[in-house]
Amino acid sequence: MPKKIAIIIDDNVVEARPGQTILQAAEQAGVYIPRLCWMKPLEPFGGCRLCTVKVNGRYQTACTQPAADGQIIENETEEIRAFRRSLLDMLFVEGNHYCMFCEKSGDCELQAQAYRLGIDAPKLPYLFPDRQVDASHPDIMVDHNRCILCARCVRASQDLDGKNVFQFVGRGAHKRVAVNAEANLGETNASVRDGAISMCPVGALIKKGTGYHTPIGQRSYDHTPIGADIEKKAEG
Amino acid sequence: MSEILSSQVRAICREYADDRTRMMDIVRAVQAALGYVPSEALDLIAEAVGSHRVEVESVVSFYAFFSKTPKGKVIVRLCDDIVDEMAGSAAVAEVFKAGLGIDFGQTTPDGAISLEWTPCIGMCDQAPAAMVNEVIVTSLSTDSARAIVEGLKTHGDPKRLIRRLGDGNNAHPLIHAAVVNHLRQPGAVIFAGEQPGEALRKALSMSPVEVIREVKASRLRGRGGAGFPTGMKWAFTRDAEGEDKIIICNADEGEPGTFKDRVILTERANLLFEGMAIGGYAIGAAEGLVYLRGEYAYLKPYLEHVLAQRRASGLLGKDICGQGFDFDIRIQMGAGAYICGEETALISSCEGLRGDPKNRPPFPAQKGYLGRPTSVNNVETLCCVARVLQHGAGWFAQFGSKGSAGTKLLSVSGDCASPGVYEFPFGVTLREVLRAVGAEDAAAVQVGGPSGQLVPPARFDEIICYDHLATGGAVVVFGPQRDLLHVVAKYLEFFVEESCGFCTPCRVGNVLLKNQHEKFVAGRADLEDLAQIKEIAQTVKATSRCGLGQTSPNPVLSLLRDFPQLYEANIKPAEAGLRPSFDIKGALKTASDIIGRESRIY
Repeated sequence: MPKKIAIIIDDNVVEARPGQTILQAAEQAGVYIPRLCWMKPLEPFGGCRLCTVKVNGRYQTACTQPAADGQIIENETEEIRAFRRSLLDMLFVEGNHYCMFCEKSGDCELQAQAYRLGIDAPKLPYLFPDRQVDASHPDIMVDHNRCILCARCVRASQDLDGKNVFQFVGRGAHKRVAVNAEANLGETNASVRDGAISMCPVGALIKKGTGYHTPIGQRSYDHTPIGADIEKKAEG
Repeated sequence: MSEILSSQVRAICREYADDRTRMMDIVRAVQAALGYVPSEALDLIAEAVGSHRVEVESVVSFYAFFSKTPKGKVIVRLCDDIVDEMAGSAAVAEVFKAGLGIDFGQTTPDGAISLEWTPCIGMCDQAPAAMVNEVIVTSLSTDSARAIVEGLKTHGDPKRLIRRLGDGNNAHPLIHAAVVNHLRQPGAVIFAGEQPGEALRKALSMSPVEVIREVKASRLRGRGGAGFPTGMKWAFTRDAEGEDKIIICNADEGEPGTFKDRVILTERANLLFEGMAIGGYAIGAAEGLVYLRGEYAYLKPYLEHVLAQRRASGLLGKDICGQGFDFDIRIQMGAGAYICGEETALISSCEGLRGDPKNRPPFPAQKGYLGRPTSVNNVETLCCVARVLQHGAGWFAQFGSKGSAGTKLLSVSGDCASPGVYEFPFGVTLREVLRAVGAEDAAAVQVGGPSGQLVPPARFDEIICYDHLATGGAVVVFGPQRDLLHVVAKYLEFFVEESCGFCTPCRVGNVLLKNQHEKFVAGRADLEDLAQIKEIAQTVKATSRCGLGQTSPNPVLSLLRDFPQLYEANIKPAEAGLRPSFDIKGALKTASDIIGRESRIY
């Protein structure tokens, strides 16, 4: 029998299984830790940093840090919330996010995280980058304006679809998602049924012709904040 | 692409056994052969090594020394470090521009010469300096720059630009460089005499566990900056599961203002390789890698020669010293990426990937290079190891301060009489260092490079050690005439350029920090900007994924802590309800142009 692990998240004792990350253990116990790049069943990436928590006084990402017995974890403190708001602000000002006419609005995880943390508009100055749109594929559109470089498409294409359609090129502020072809997505073997396409948390990978199948008002985060499903488990 | 070029690319891949993990070498060789990595080469390489085109492109686009577009046969890379700027690199840059008739980032129309800026190349003690392909030219003046331009235009051979050879091994035919050691103060540990084999024989007469115990007893900590106890790192690696352990020497010295490893590699290569062999024996590795920064490529032939000598003397290779220990070393070249000095990014690069840091855990000691238990140690650390084994832990620990045993090499540059490398025992005060280098009138000293701290005169009596003024070796002196806001602006630009872009705070936050700081430089900041720059700096520091982002806000935090007057003096009150950072006239310009007159209000 593996030893039981008990961790404390914001004064609540949470039980974890060996091998679980802090994020997984929290989720199982109905404690939601905000995240963007993390998604089941992909390998943890640790890039967006939104799931940063304080573990025994040190900042760690909950999606990569294994739960260990006796950890004292700060999740919903004002300090951590402020960092998360800053990180979300950074993601907004880094790209061009026109929520009011983005077809992902209401289903967008970036937007939903911002509302959850009480952001109405970014406080940081916009960078207004010049980014490309690639509509070459018959069923998929790539809009780099809305990409947050979370690597979900990169990981899903590689590990789930077995295709390696997407990968990062460039570094630093010039880093972007590129496709496995000389010019554009239309030249690749990408399919609209690929996990890589449906896992995009924002409006960067869009399935053509389906944008308004679900009306505004009936979308994922229109009535309840992101993470509410996980927190509901705790109440129930 | 012609059939000849295609077969050339295929031949290069074959030379590296079509091994995907040798991507750095393959791309370096293609870049060297063709002058760039053309689109077709991406496909050919991917096909040869069993990868995908975009994976190859991912690597090529990451490193500054690789290019997807044609470059000149000769690339002049002028160092854009602050120290070079203080030594007159701007005037030198003008001579290059005028002489070649091109701007930075351009190539002459005949495709012969490209001109670029590059971050610190490890020559701050002889700034301004530049790389001409792999040839280093130092102490540049407008006259010598003119001569370089003339030389390149007439014969085009970078090697012929070297007029006078440097001291010591710089004059060795296999180095043949104008670089000068500037070894101003050799100390008792690193730069004492060399007896190749002595330390290694002692180590081999002990058990690996005893070697680790000896290193632990010496209280040696990593010299690269993080200061992790070396003996403990080795014990973790030794105890990790996996038979195929490996030791990697981090010779990617890239922190602006650091050049001490350059001098070690030039003058004490044997000591370094001895330390690596001892490390290999201690952790149970048969293989060692030296990750050498691309800027130090001029040292590679000499280092290969030293390795060959050691093999011939039975100090490397099979059955070392007749003790049944097998261990060999390969040199892995980098290609212009500061981030690769971070140990997990360095491992990624050795694996033939982008220089992205990895998530921890697992730590390299558990799962590092290609999933194998790996110990990454700094050049200077490994030299210390050899001395510990040679003279004993007690001997080593007699030098230094309580928490910081041994000596530390300092690379001193900037406004001082004698820039160069100094070996001091830990515990020396900054004031003593400044006295030794001839910089007693310093107005500020950057200790530890941009990722360290900017120290004001009131703190000059603090000591250099892991617990006070920690440094991987860089000490940059700024005299009273220097504009510290400008210095910080340069450092912030550096981090923007060198961030790998993996995580949000470092990728975006550093750009925002630089922009925010520029408001103060331009005198267009208000109190709210002060609060905002603090908030961004704290977020980047706390939430970044690796050491780069965790330290990149340090220049700003240093100013806020020790030079707050510099920011405060540049704060303007809001006028007419407008923030000073908002340029109302600029914002209205398009409208004014259309209606043909200026706004009546603004």
